[in-house]
Amino acid sequence: MEAIESTAGPSFCLMKMAQLLANFLSQNRMAAIMEEQCRPQKKPGFPLLQQTLLNKVVGLPDHLGNRLQQDNLTLFFPQNYFRLLGEEVVRALQVIVDALRGGLDCSVSFVSQVLGKICIQGRQKEILDVLVPQLTALTQGSCLWQRVCWRLMEQIPDRAMEAVLTGLVVAAPGPEVLSRLLGNLVLKSKKAQFVMTRKLLFLQYQHTTSTLQSLLGYLAMDSQRRPLLIQALKELLETWGSSSAVRHAPLAQQHYLSAAILVCLAHLGEPELRDSQDELLGSMMAGVKCHLDSSLPTVRRLGMIVAEVLSSRIHREGPPLRFQYEDDKLSRELLALATPCTAGGSTLEAGGSSPAPAATEILEKTVDGEVESANSSVPQVRPQDSDSDLDSDDEFIPYDMSGDKELRSSKAPLYVRDCIEVLTSSEDMERWEAALRALEGLVCKSPEATQEVSVELAKVLLHLEERTCVSGFEGLRQRALVAVTVMDPARVAEYLTSQFYALNYSLRQRMDILDVLTLAAQELSRPGHLKRHAQQVSSGSGGLCLPAQAACQHDHTAGSGWRAVVEERIRSKTRRFSKGFPRRELANGPNEFNSVAGYFFFPLIQHFDRPLVTFDLLGDDQLVLGRLTHTLGALMYLAVNTTVAVSMGKALLEFVWALRFHVDIYVRRGLLSAVSSILLSVPAERLLGDLSEELLEARSWLADVAEKDVDQDCREQAVRALLLLERLKDRLLPISP
Amino acid sequence: MAVPLSPPPPDPQFVLRGTQSAVNALHFCGGAEVHGCPLLFSGSQNGLVHIWSLQTRRAVATLDGHRGQSVTWLQMLPQSPQLLSQGRDLRLCLWDLAEGRNAVVDSICLESVGFCRSSVLAVGQARWTLAVPGKGIDEVQILEMPSKTSVCTLKPEADAKPGMPMCLGLWQAESSSRPFLLAGYEDGSIALWDVWERKVCSRISCHEEPVMGFDFDSQKARGVSGSAGKALTVWSLDGQQALQVCSTHQLTNPGISEVTIRPDHKILTTAGWDHRIRVFQWRTMKPLAVLAFHSASVHCVAFATNGLLAAGSKDQRISIWSLYQRM
Repeated sequence: MEAIESTAGPSFCLMKMAQLLANFLSQNRMAAIMEEQCRPQKKPGFPLLQQTLLNKVVGLPDHLGNRLQQDNLTLFFPQNYFRLLGEEVVRALQVIVDALRGGLDCSVSFVSQVLGKICIQGRQKEILDVLVPQLTALTQGSCLWQRVCWRLMEQIPDRAMEAVLTGLVVAAPGPEVLSRLLGNLVLKSKKAQFVMTRKLLFLQYQHTTSTLQSLLGYLAMDSQRRPLLIQALKELLETWGSSSAVRHAPLAQQHYLSAAILVCLAHLGEPELRDSQDELLGSMMAGVKCHLDSSLPTVRRLGMIVAEVLSSRIHREGPPLRFQYEDDKLSRELLALATPCTAGGSTLEAGGSSPAPAATEILEKTVDGEVESANSSVPQVRPQDSDSDLDSDDEFIPYDMSGDKELRSSKAPLYVRDCIEVLTSSEDMERWEAALRALEGLVCKSPEATQEVSVELAKVLLHLEERTCVSGFEGLRQRALVAVTVMDPARVAEYLTSQFYALNYSLRQRMDILDVLTLAAQELSRPGHLKRHAQQVSSGSGGLCLPAQAACQHDHTAGSGWRAVVEERIRSKTRRFSKGFPRRELANGPNEFNSVAGYFFFPLIQHFDRPLVTFDLLGDDQLVLGRLTHTLGALMYLAVNTTVAVSMGKALLEFVWALRFHVDIYVRRGLLSAVSSILLSVPAERLLGDLSEELLEARSWLADVAEKDVDQDCREQAVRALLLLERLKDRLLPISP
Repeated sequence: MAVPLSPPPPDPQFVLRGTQSAVNALHFCGGAEVHGCPLLFSGSQNGLVHIWSLQTRRAVATLDGHRGQSVTWLQMLPQSPQLLSQGRDLRLCLWDLAEGRNAVVDSICLESVGFCRSSVLAVGQARWTLAVPGKGIDEVQILEMPSKTSVCTLKPEADAKPGMPMCLGLWQAESSSRPFLLAGYEDGSIALWDVWERKVCSRISCHEEPVMGFDFDSQKARGVSGSAGKALTVWSLDGQQALQVCSTHQLTNPGISEVTIRPDHKILTTAGWDHRIRVFQWRTMKPLAVLAFHSASVHCVAFATNGLLAAGSKDQRISIWSLYQRM
């Protein structure tokens, strides 16, 4: 035996040896080795032999691979060898079980060591894919098998415990199997407990929710293990409720945590929860607060979902929390996790019972359907036989009824000034609404009249509150404000930016200001806006269909039109990275944003570090700061080809530099997009000439973010910015000597 | 039916102006064949009743009998040149119009201040039954005319609480002489009263808003009602005198002040608060036209026996339409 093992080492007669070894393996001799090692041994030097043997058995694919190089046999490939080893292990265990039945004393520690070593080497998947189903079947009916299995797990060395358990939890199809294979391992082994209740829950987050369900289900299945589950829930909630975790943990981990909490809740019963109600409630409140404070929508939503479920389970006496969130895949999945199953309730039972209601449902549906069809057939028949003059009535041809719209009062004001008056002072809600609806059109129709009252109008609109339930109020107000800003950009932008840093505005209003500025800048920088807009649309559509017709009829005359067609096709099929207007149109005319970009940009960037009583951008109001960075980035991008772009870029880079280590992910994203838009908007020569130092600094920061940031989006954006920088370098290299 | 392009809605045939007040009630003179062209009566807010000649399209005469209070209902008596007019001065006047006369020959004092229109049913040559809103808030009074003797008072059971009656309709099945009264109530329900037995045969809740007007087609035993809400409801009456809702039809805008079925039972029109007159096919309730001519709520619609449609509106105009005529 030893001789054959050691022949793996020498190099002559290699192929012969390998053949021999393959033969050895195929005759189930490996099981015999393992089984042999499990018999009680008295020989001296036995541990040393066992150790060597262990190394040989586990390291066999490596040894052979090193030796045989290209000539290796497929049997010795790790993916095959470990599967075989798995079967051998089962066979060895079978012999041991038989021996135990026969009254002989045996120890499974060698097998445990083999298993542990394999798992440490990262081959859990291969061996456990074989082992778990077989052991599941074998332990099904036999107590002895279960005991052997438990013993096998207990004997695994501590350092291998994590690898084995992780593999097992992943491979096990459900909590019952896990419970059968592991027994109360978590209570016996400290290491196992650590792995199961801390490592898998808090330190790793790559596992699927079904893994989580079997892990937590395992903890919930036995009354002795349930305290661990409660403990785990408390700790999970503590982490969930800690603001630093919310801020710094990656999104995927937060999702994992939330799912774990929901699964825990599904397993825990009312009395257990009541015992630690106060503690849980405390963590929940803290958690809700910091989740809702987050500027990332996903985090907020996770917070809402978990809090809803938690409050309904923990705080039964009071009304449960209710939030409004989108009902999409994520939220449905999470909510499905939280549906409580009975304490001992297995997924098998649930799976067994679910087809029944489904079937009855279908049955009901079909019955309903039949009833419905029966019902519907009755009125179909009745009018035919009850009315003799069936066809005579059909000659009543209906008139055009497209004019039958909902009635709106026709009291809409006809002048911009009237609108202001109505919006400020009218008590007649219908008139007020009509004025609001008419405003955008009026502003676009009469630029001169608007310019006379532009700032006043902007003020009115900014302070406008929704007095009645007007559908689309926010959009109406925003569009009107954008229209006013576009009509008189300098003055209105000056007013709006000054108001952004003024006292006594709500966050909502401040964010509205930012949105309006961005949209107005976008409108202004679009060539041929407003006055030429209508013409462009008509000529554009004409230009699109004419060539299309011409192309089919006479190919040679359509020469001028094909470019438009191709461009339109490209435009419709291309997704652009940055939000904003298609850049294609930039060539068509001067950027009208040019002369006023400064009014939009500089007042906004100036005061961000001066906190007011009601408004502290660098403190609590980081959501607005995030919006501000995004707005500045967008303005920068829209200022492409303008003369102020260079100084804007310089100021913006300084701004980015000051905030580069901001804790909020949303702010960081904004900063990164701002950097990208600087790189896109400022001419390359000027970037390297005037901003080279800032760029170097920014570059090292970008590299840092691309590598270390917790947020995936941030990392991606940083990589994009770096790529832009690289491209810049490439473009300039041929020019420079 | 595949109609490639539906024709644009028609314009009114002509428009009658000059009431100088909102038009609340319209009624075509039944004796059309006598004059060749029917007469139209209109009652307006300022208490005047105008008699229009549709030939000259001018007002022939003006009746002033309601002391400046709004006229809410007009009805010719069958087979006699007598007109009934109900006004908000709490009087129901009977005018004699024979041979160019226009004098009040009789009047009845009403005790209800509501807007409920009365209803009349001729039972004999010189005898007719009149239903008027009664003294109590939810009562309907039945009078024997011309003797003005009160036949009975129809009062709902104490626990029904349907609110005020909003519109009334007396009718009689052709086979029997037993009069029935249909009444639309404030709570949106319609009740069928057996006048002789003074009891409710059937009651259905059709609308969520008060019933503003209904019309009943006794041939098909089907009726249609409009309310202050956004729907028209069609209901039917079965052999056991039980009402049941057949269907409801959603409208674009809420508010119907009157529903009228054309005498040939082919189409029906509604007078809408949304300034529009809607035309439906009566059998299928298929919408046929939406007539947008008026600039204020339409208060009343009426059909002449020859199919001419008149609509009176708050904008003081009466529009005359000729739709789906086959004569």
